[in-house]
Amino acid sequence: MSSRSEILGKIKSLKLEQKPLPETPVFAVSNNLEESFVKSILSNKGEIWTLQELEGKIQSGSFPKVYAKVPEFKSFSNQELPSDPHEFADLDLAIIRGQFGVAENGAIWLEDSDLGLRAVPFIAEHLAILLDRNQLVGNMHQAYQKVGMAESGFGLFIAGPSKTADIEQSLVIGAHGARSLLLILT
Amino acid sequence: MSHPVQAAEFLQDAAKAKWHDETLWFVRDKRDKISHTIPEWEQLRELASKIKDNVLGNLDIYLEDFERNATKNGIKVHWAKDAEEHNAIVLSILQEKNCKAIVKSKSILTEECHLNPYLEKSGIEVVDTDLGERIVQFLNQPPSHIVLPAIHLKKGEISDLFHEKLHTEKGNDDPTYLTQAARVHLREKFLGAKVAITGVNFGIAETGEFVVCTNEGNADMGVHLADVHIACMGIEKIIPKRQHLSVFLRLLARSATGQSITNYTSHFRSPAAGREMHIILVDNGRTAQLGRETFRNSLKCIRCGACMNTCPIYRRSGGFSYESTVPGPIGSILSPGLDLKKYSTLPFASTLCGSCSDVCPVKINIHEQLYAWRQEITKAQGTSPKSLSMSLGNGIFKSPLAYKISGTLMRAALKTLPDSLIYNPLNTYGKSRDLPELPKESFKDWYKKNRG
Repeated sequence: MSSRSEILGKIKSLKLEQKPLPETPVFAVSNNLEESFVKSILSNKGEIWTLQELEGKIQSGSFPKVYAKVPEFKSFSNQELPSDPHEFADLDLAIIRGQFGVAENGAIWLEDSDLGLRAVPFIAEHLAILLDRNQLVGNMHQAYQKVGMAESGFGLFIAGPSKTADIEQSLVIGAHGARSLLLILT
Repeated sequence: MSHPVQAAEFLQDAAKAKWHDETLWFVRDKRDKISHTIPEWEQLRELASKIKDNVLGNLDIYLEDFERNATKNGIKVHWAKDAEEHNAIVLSILQEKNCKAIVKSKSILTEECHLNPYLEKSGIEVVDTDLGERIVQFLNQPPSHIVLPAIHLKKGEISDLFHEKLHTEKGNDDPTYLTQAARVHLREKFLGAKVAITGVNFGIAETGEFVVCTNEGNADMGVHLADVHIACMGIEKIIPKRQHLSVFLRLLARSATGQSITNYTSHFRSPAAGREMHIILVDNGRTAQLGRETFRNSLKCIRCGACMNTCPIYRRSGGFSYESTVPGPIGSILSPGLDLKKYSTLPFASTLCGSCSDVCPVKINIHEQLYAWRQEITKAQGTSPKSLSMSLGNGIFKSPLAYKISGTLMRAALKTLPDSLIYNPLNTYGKSRDLPELPKESFKDWYKKNRG
């Protein structure tokens, strides 16, 4: 007998009582979504920037290798999307656009079509995300309503930069992924 | 070895034990603060618990749904009845790909299956990429906490270790400096691995996708650079619908570390073009636990670690004292189901204060199950020395006269009896317990004199 049928058979033979799935009620959310969202992002150690600030930093040479997926920064993009993500190992900055943000925790939803390559938001030294300030929801229940039954092969909430506290619980930003999350509300 | 023996060893270094206790309490406190900002917190716990009730009653159906949908999306689904089969499946995929070096993000299941030593025996280099896990891997230790794997180590020890392994400056124990050294070291491993292994936080029956949560981004760094992603999942990690993620994700990080969400929450639905994605569904004792009515709810666990952070015993005895993959209160109700004899002291490593049950985001009645396991273990072992001294005591409380006389006698006796008798090995209650300062008179005598 295969392990599959053995496992499923064991479960079926228990004939466990079936309990109904509960309905998730509607919970109240912040009445100032942008203010809450910004507060959440900051507490996750993300940063709030303006378009002009990012433009200025790129022009000053802070980010030599830039990949921009968004039209707003196409003129600053000097890297083509490779077919092999390893070629982005020394990418300094990736600029992408998020679909929507969640006020209660600062999470931003992204899918394959927003990333170019799945590795992009992780392998870049720094990550800038543009987000329409009108695309904010209150909590995770509303977030998944918005995601709906989207069929992207990969979907992702990013809520801040790569971080760790594995050494004596001291917070360190920049563990393996992007060292910063620069959020620009448009 | 038993829990009390191991705990005594942990407590030898009093300063470190105090730091461990206080640091975990700090994490517990952060959990309290953030949970109090969510008015519907208790409703969320109730919802999560009820969703899991539904899952446990229909696990076969949800697993079949998951398999069908995942397969449709191009994920290869494997089934493993035990640790051995799980490890063999992983090895066979690696051999097929001719892969000699892999990266692995945090997976308690692969710890449970002892995957690393198994693969290493076959000449495969396994690199744990979570910073805490990499630290303990360098030391040849298992994680001592499921969320904070290196919480038993001080930065000085990590500094010495990194000096030896990564050639960092001797004596530099700055966490930022040490983390950067690990970043450089692991970056090379990420770029070189053809296969990446991850655990799974949630598998969704409705969509056939699975979700992995990290703060470091190490799971994603691994899998998006590798040609093959192998995800290892215990069968109890299934949830019915995608929308249910909202309930569990609101609870998970807040309960674990007091943060509103992990910085990365990745949903894997199908492999990227030209890549492969495998998922191994593992039983390894879970169907047996499902069949134990009293202990079934332990399978609701979402591995947040909150019960460890709050537990007065865990905080003061350290994760290694449990000698089980999952330590702490939840480990003490999961492990006896795997090996009653080996883990027979764990359900006693508790004050039964109930704090674990109070913080559990899926409302597992942990302390009640600890109590129930004690009864199972006592039944299996016969009368314990502790219950012998307890039943002697019981006789005294049954008769008012015996109680009155024994009180007077005890006050006189305890003053004069040598410690060797009070702390006699036969009196297991005296072990690791001090007697209180003795009052001069009984409460009854005091009351008669002052209020009578």
